Amino acid sequence: MEKSLKDIENEVVDEFSMFDEWLDKYEYLIELGKSLNNYPDSKKTDDKLIKGCQSRVWLDSKVEDGKIFFNADSDAIITKGIISLLIKIYSGRTPEEILSSDFSVADRIGLKENLSPTRANGLVSMIAKIRETAAENR
Amino acid sequence: MDVSEVRQLFPALERKVYGKPLVYFDNAATVQRPQQVMDEWLRMTSVCNANIHRAVHLLAEEATASYEDAREAVARFINAPDKSQIIFTSGVTASINLVAFSFGEAFVSENDEVIVTQAEHHSNIVPWQMMCQRKKAILKVLPVDENGHLRTDMLEQLLTDRTRIVAVTHISNVLGIVNPIKEIIGICHRYNVPVLVDGAQGIVHSKVDVQDLDCDFYAFSGHKVYAATGTGVLYGKKNLLDAMPPYMGGGEMVGTVKFSATTYAPVPLKFEAGTQNIAGASTLKPALELATKLNSDPSLAEYTDNVRDFLLYSLMSDDRIRLYGIPAGSKNDDCGKSQEEKIPLFSFSVRGVHHEDLALVLDKMGIAVRSGQMCAEPLMDRYGVTGMLRASLAPYNTMEEAEYFIKCLDKAIKMLN
Repeated sequence: MEKSLKDIENEVVDEFSMFDEWLDKYEYLIELGKSLNNYPDSKKTDDKLIKGCQSRVWLDSKVEDGKIFFNADSDAIITKGIISLLIKIYSGRTPEEILSSDFSVADRIGLKENLSPTRANGLVSMIAKIRETAAENR
Repeated sequence: MDVSEVRQLFPALERKVYGKPLVYFDNAATVQRPQQVMDEWLRMTSVCNANIHRAVHLLAEEATASYEDAREAVARFINAPDKSQIIFTSGVTASINLVAFSFGEAFVSENDEVIVTQAEHHSNIVPWQMMCQRKKAILKVLPVDENGHLRTDMLEQLLTDRTRIVAVTHISNVLGIVNPIKEIIGICHRYNVPVLVDGAQGIVHSKVDVQDLDCDFYAFSGHKVYAATGTGVLYGKKNLLDAMPPYMGGGEMVGTVKFSATTYAPVPLKFEAGTQNIAGASTLKPALELATKLNSDPSLAEYTDNVRDFLLYSLMSDDRIRLYGIPAGSKNDDCGKSQEEKIPLFSFSVRGVHHEDLALVLDKMGIAVRSGQMCAEPLMDRYGVTGMLRASLAPYNTMEEAEYFIKCLDKAIKMLN
């Protein structure tokens, strides 16, 4: 049976908590960022840009069979890792599934309190953009 | 005084971050507070709390005395002719806004010109833009060369009989190069143009003598020179301050108030409307006393020069790194010699690595540095970057910290590549 969104969220939290050191968590995020699909330069447009980040982050989406697939890129690799983490969880899900999430996963892995305020805002903006995309496609 | 004695004055330096000793290299943003400054703030807030210049009771007398003593201390520190020329503000931004507004009202009209430089932070750009918009005046910009030096040679081309004021930074918060402001002031005065010097960094890293410089205005923040946040200073020449209308109206700044007409108090009170940051301003006295002590200690100066030269050499000799603000002569191999025009402030970028990633990784190694545009977007555009990483040091930073920083930077670059 396909894993539920909740299962994936818990899996990510478990995976992340394996690392005691923050530098190891960053290494993991950096590797995760590299796993993203190629993001075309032609889609690095202002309307795909997520506001509120110190670095530039673009988020693109498409809908197939009622599911939303996300792709993203950033000029900073840790930011790219963070958006990859969200994509790993929320890509390939239906809008209803996405909107049913409480998005507490970011708190549970300690990303919010361990990132600078500007970065924390960036994370909030990323989540808002994912929710917004889900709401638009409901 | 040796560096370990200096460190003992600053409680924040004892703390650990993520289990590692804090290496605080963001001193150009704000410096840590020494104990005597916090003691003064606490004294003023706890046992000496009263409004100043008003009541005749003892607490008010004491509070007024402390506040005015601080004004005296500032006047001494920058060698102002008279303490009435020292206006307390909330910071360098407020000081510059005050001049941009009040000087603009008094002296600027349509088609007049104002000159700033490409090296300014937003605080010394936006207030002038706003004034120019209001007065329909024209803002002109003196460029910066590739190594971060002002193109002083181009200044005379920009000066015209319509130039009303020149606003220039003493030391850019990005480039860390001491600008030849005395020379700039000399040139401007030949054209009868007054000069405002933004001393946000200059007040920390150079001996400021406003009479020797002959600047018309000198502005700085208290929190970069060990005083409380929310404190700032504007020094101005008497004739200009007298001719400028008040920036804000309210209590304290008045002579007599009638509904038919109000007269204003003389400077400095004319520019200090309302209840001031009394406790904060009072901390300027112990703060500047400490600054004087630190600045006049030759063995400490030698030590901090060595730390600066070590970092300058390490960063310049690393071909992954592009440093902004390179002192003249340092491209030769003798970086060991003292680089008088460079302060211990290093903004740089690393090829292929985003500044924000670096700052984030360094933070987890216990190192606090700044990343981003550093409130100087035009300067970022000048160098074609979206941001930089900046390490800025204070006299309490050690050679060991500098070495640890260089080691961690290398590790971070390798991790992020």
